[in-house]
Amino acid sequence: MTNSSRPAPSVVVRDLQIRYGGHTAIEDLDLEIRRGEFLVLLGPSGCGKSTLLNAIAGLLDVSGGEISISGKDVTFAEPKDRGIGMVFQSYALYPRMSVAENLSFGLRMNGVPKGEIARRVEKASRMLQLDPLLQRKPAELSGGQRQRVAIGRALVREVDVFLFDEPLSNLDAKLRAELRVEIKRLHQSLGNTMIYVTHDQIEALTLADRIAVMKGGVIQQLAPPIEVYQRPVNRFVAAFIGSPAMSFFDGRLDGDVFVLGQVRIPLSGYAFADGSRDPGAPVTLGVRPEHVSVAGAASGYAFDGRVAVVEPMGADTLLWTELGGQPMSVRVDGERVFEVGQTLRFTFDPARLSVFDAATGERV
Amino acid sequence: MRAAASAPVPTGTPVARPRRPIAGRVALYAALAVAALFFITPLYIMTVTSLKSMDEIRQGGIFALPASPSLKAWTAAWSEACTGLKCTGISDGFFNSLRILVPSVALSIVLGAVTGYALSHRRIRGGNVLFAALLLGAFMPYQVFIYPLVRLFSAVGIYGSLAGIVLVHVIFGLPVMTLLFRNYYSSLPVDLFKAARVDGAGFWQIFFYVVLPMSTPALVVAAILQITGIWNDFILGLVFAGRDNLPMTVLLNNVVNSSQGEKLYNVNMAATILTALLPLAVYFLSGRWFVRGIAAGGVKG
Repeated sequence: MTNSSRPAPSVVVRDLQIRYGGHTAIEDLDLEIRRGEFLVLLGPSGCGKSTLLNAIAGLLDVSGGEISISGKDVTFAEPKDRGIGMVFQSYALYPRMSVAENLSFGLRMNGVPKGEIARRVEKASRMLQLDPLLQRKPAELSGGQRQRVAIGRALVREVDVFLFDEPLSNLDAKLRAELRVEIKRLHQSLGNTMIYVTHDQIEALTLADRIAVMKGGVIQQLAPPIEVYQRPVNRFVAAFIGSPAMSFFDGRLDGDVFVLGQVRIPLSGYAFADGSRDPGAPVTLGVRPEHVSVAGAASGYAFDGRVAVVEPMGADTLLWTELGGQPMSVRVDGERVFEVGQTLRFTFDPARLSVFDAATGERV
Repeated sequence: MRAAASAPVPTGTPVARPRRPIAGRVALYAALAVAALFFITPLYIMTVTSLKSMDEIRQGGIFALPASPSLKAWTAAWSEACTGLKCTGISDGFFNSLRILVPSVALSIVLGAVTGYALSHRRIRGGNVLFAALLLGAFMPYQVFIYPLVRLFSAVGIYGSLAGIVLVHVIFGLPVMTLLFRNYYSSLPVDLFKAARVDGAGFWQIFFYVVLPMSTPALVVAAILQITGIWNDFILGLVFAGRDNLPMTVLLNNVVNSSQGEKLYNVNMAATILTALLPLAVYFLSGRWFVRGIAAGGVKG
């Protein structure tokens, strides 16, 4: 994947602006995607992630800025001339064509010689196990098979960049997990650049080399999954990533101590962001459920809490307790048995917390 | 429902079955029967009258079955009845109507499909304005346009010709055809068009390879609308077709309203049925599609 010594970016987006009528969907967006990178655009619906993908695909007119793919300025190029293949959420297979015809349609439209078409279709159908389906019509396929055909249609184009627009959202949970692995395997064997839009954080965390978390047409954080998960740059990212969700506590800082009503939590070991911070500023403390343990770690902050709700989830169990009068969830081993009303000693390590400015939501 | 009603009711367990409102059912079927009778009666009278001789008709009793059914009136209507000065029946009109119908239907559907496609997913500059103008056209009574069109056509030299009447039908068919196809194509998933663009298909390639193969329902409805509409047209044919191309409806009117001699009711009835035969055939052959066509045509009011 990193065999090219010079870091030539695969896709570059500069100062991108997209407006519909009077509404601005994306404003001054910059993004650079490395060769062979798997980049996931993640965000809630309406955050601009699909808009960005469509702009990269050339399916949407941009109002300003520049897009280049593989070193070529394609801002005003037709989709077919951009060196991209695309997979859609609704599969978008041509309903009256067989699977083989669906796969070869783009090649036929572009006058690729017959022998070459046959070779590429054969190769793609072998990679995606489509051989037994080649003569069927899309209506005769299951959802998972349809999406594999759609992926195959992108593969036969033999392009540098693949774009995925929520490809798994129409599938049921089991198939989604299967195809997710298949896409990851595909990326590993092909080494193409892939840009993948989803609102599913699990897909993002499992597939991505880097995740771009978007909100309101702005990339909030662009980082590897682990970093996005462990060090979210703001409260939005922290709340969006992670399931079960992070617990938040609204309090204030007193030096290096987080004050929540009567509770004082020393933040020794927490890596504060650079820059001056107001010592008495109102802040939000974020704690991930799995960073709290029950009478386990000797170090860190400890408190006694009453178990309010027990949610068994199989491998894990989620306990709900309270800290300083605000609800907090704790993830514990699913094999341990807890009862509602029980009082437990909880501990967490301040180094793994997140602290956000209450006004701006930015990490401090 | 039938199966459930005839299923053996377990004895000893008096389960209260939901009662069907029988009175409501009876009223419904009665109303339907009356409505059906209302429309079938004229057809019945026409058919029996066309099979009677004039002597028998003069005796009255329009509901009576013909004493000795004969197809003489039918052959007379087809090839002997007088349409003005000529007495060659309405068969000329049948072939004129066919000559008008085929190109008019084909052209208006093709143009409507392409325009509807262009206005559906393609964002075309001024597309909405064009569509609004077309919609306005669909709601405008076409009688308003007759005089200006006559002047225009005679200036260009196609007034009173086959080309002229075909063009008129295509023009007046375009708003509804465009509306029909635009709505149908707008209901297709937009991703399909995007995928085809990524695959490198252009405007016409997407139309012919992707959109047209999916268009069967819209094409059938459009054909039903246009065939029945154009065949049944009277005034446009009368005004624009010219003496040599008068459609069947105009000749039928000439037969029925000819002022000379005795009114040959049997011939008139036969001629009327003959003229209505093609739309009737379309109706029987297309079945459920016909209803959809009517519903789509309902836009025009």
